[in-house]
Amino acid sequence: MSKTRVATTWLDGCSGCHMSFLDIDERIVELASMIELVYSPIVDTKEFPENVDVTLVEGAISSDADIEEIINIRKNTKVLISFGDCAVSANVPAMRNRFERREVIDRAYIENANNNNHAPYQNIPGLMKSARPVHEFVQVDLFLQGCPPPSEAIYGVLSQLLAGEYPDLKGKTRFGA
Amino acid sequence: MSETITIKPVTRVEGHGKITITIDNNGNVEDAKFHVTQFRGFEKLCEGRPFYEMPSLVERICGICPISHSIASAKACDAILGVRIPHVAVKLRRLLNCGEFIQSHALSFFHLSAPDLLMGFDSDPARRNIFGLIESHPSIAMDGVKLRKIGQEIILSFAGKRIHPAWVVPGGVNQPLSEQSRQKIVDMIPEAYEIVERTLSWFKSSIEKHREEIRTFSNFPTMFMGLVDEHGNLEHLEGKLRFIDSKGAILNDNIEPFRYHDFIGESVESWSYLKSPYYLPLGYPDGIYRAGPAARLNVCNGCGTPKADQEWAEFISLERGPVMSSFYNHYARLIEILYSIELLENLLNDSDILDKHVRAFAQPNHFEGVGVVEAPRGTLIHHYKVDREGLITWANMIVATGNNNLAMNRGVLQVARRFINGTQITESARNRIEGVIRAFDPCLSCSTHAINGKSGLSIELVTMDGNTLDEV
Ligand code: SF4
Repeated sequence: MSKTRVATTWLDGCSGCHMSFLDIDERIVELASMIELVYSPIVDTKEFPENVDVTLVEGAISSDADIEEIINIRKNTKVLISFGDCAVSANVPAMRNRFERREVIDRAYIENANNNNHAPYQNIPGLMKSARPVHEFVQVDLFLQGCPPPSEAIYGVLSQLLAGEYPDLKGKTRFGA
Repeated sequence: MSETITIKPVTRVEGHGKITITIDNNGNVEDAKFHVTQFRGFEKLCEGRPFYEMPSLVERICGICPISHSIASAKACDAILGVRIPHVAVKLRRLLNCGEFIQSHALSFFHLSAPDLLMGFDSDPARRNIFGLIESHPSIAMDGVKLRKIGQEIILSFAGKRIHPAWVVPGGVNQPLSEQSRQKIVDMIPEAYEIVERTLSWFKSSIEKHREEIRTFSNFPTMFMGLVDEHGNLEHLEGKLRFIDSKGAILNDNIEPFRYHDFIGESVESWSYLKSPYYLPLGYPDGIYRAGPAARLNVCNGCGTPKADQEWAEFISLERGPVMSSFYNHYARLIEILYSIELLENLLNDSDILDKHVRAFAQPNHFEGVGVVEAPRGTLIHHYKVDREGLITWANMIVATGNNNLAMNRGVLQVARRFINGTQITESARNRIEGVIRAFDPCLSCSTHAINGKSGLSIELVTMDGNTLDEV
């Protein structure tokens, strides 16, 4: 049987959702026999591949590069999962939304700098006015909340998908926890 | 016409970045840049929040070292309260921090870098990852998975949650340690020792294989910075800052954390969201210094625990002065894991460790506070100002990875000069260029605490007039 093609990515997140994934500990060996991780921060693929079965997206959408990436992911993914509160609701990244983008940038690069004070602009993605949840840009098939989602819930979703079932998340995870 | 190579995204690192390399008319590497492409805005977004929320909020800067952020933050808040926290709370924070060093260093060493070290920098990129390692070196891969788990379980035992717990608070911690949790952690210690000792021994015997990487992975003179305790020993939470020069002579010692601004400046480059801290007295960019595992072992007089001290003595004798190659960060990480296990074992046997008085209460008594700790990746500084109600009015954070920004950029140039020939970038050159970045184990979600970009690190070969030649 061919392995299920799984991808993961982080956008405007803290990597905590990915760490919670690794918190499945030794079960990673069992998982390795069933899935192929075709794209992820922890493997060396540079281009998002075609025909991905499941993609876990951590983080909010905050920059033009994030939009480009999420659209490309959607095109090439069968089941797209909003992975964690930042992807689901924009969570912590959205706390910057009550300020003007200018103010947020000025704090870091004008006020809190001693040399060359200016906003970076070259060869880096442009920042959006506000951080937004993933489903504002593309259709999301499954919402896996939590900050981060518990590793049990992540493992549960993947194994149910691998078994061809629709994941039942009732009681397994909640916002914030 | 000169040209640019882009490597994008940089993989097996924690966060978002890319690398561009400029090639001149004669096919020589002219310049190389490491662009951090994510910006998050924490220094602004926390404005208006009550100061006591900060330790939990800033944990969300980073899912790998949330404990470091929560402790640096709590220390800044302790200073705002103006209290001396209970003795046992200091120890409990220290114990929790040991769990984090074990899991974070294990992740960097085993999950991210061991594929290069064991399968080779030139091995098949499709297999060169933790899954490939599970097949090719199953027992070593399991050592990594288990050691990381032990670190995470330690955090869970103290704080009730592996990632983003809410246990460290202004004034101390919010729950004493139970005898049951103490025993649970004590029981994990023997296996942790076995794994790290086994790993040290294979790593040391394989060092010879990496001569070229040692020679080129940011191997140049710089200053180093780190916290040390009152005896000058390795210290992760409570010490004072020390700077040494490239010969090993102490430049500044005993710097109280709240004076960081007299010694560290931050510079901005137009092509990166990550600022470059520098040693203020020497100006920019001459004030280049490094922080992190190898830097800490370079600045201290020893570790202060017997097993780690033995390893430290071997480490420090690698070179006549400070150990210059950033490749040795991998080695230093293992020594720091060993140190953390020893510290854990000592503190868990302290007679007062189950003491119930773990938190001091007060209203905000000061309008400003600074907290400095050594995070796994280097010195981490949180600095807050509050109003009369204790609401945050301003914040500055210098994160561990930022300290190494100048050195990472120079390191990328050094490796590119050694391994790139002409305008084509080979797979093995690319992986070594990413390898130098991995040696620093940068955390780019941290470093750009400040908004966000593209997933992973990317490397680009670009012409002088800005055409992209080759992209990986
Ligand atoms: S949901 Fe929480 S753990 Fe996940 S990326 Fe966001 S802040 Fe980090």
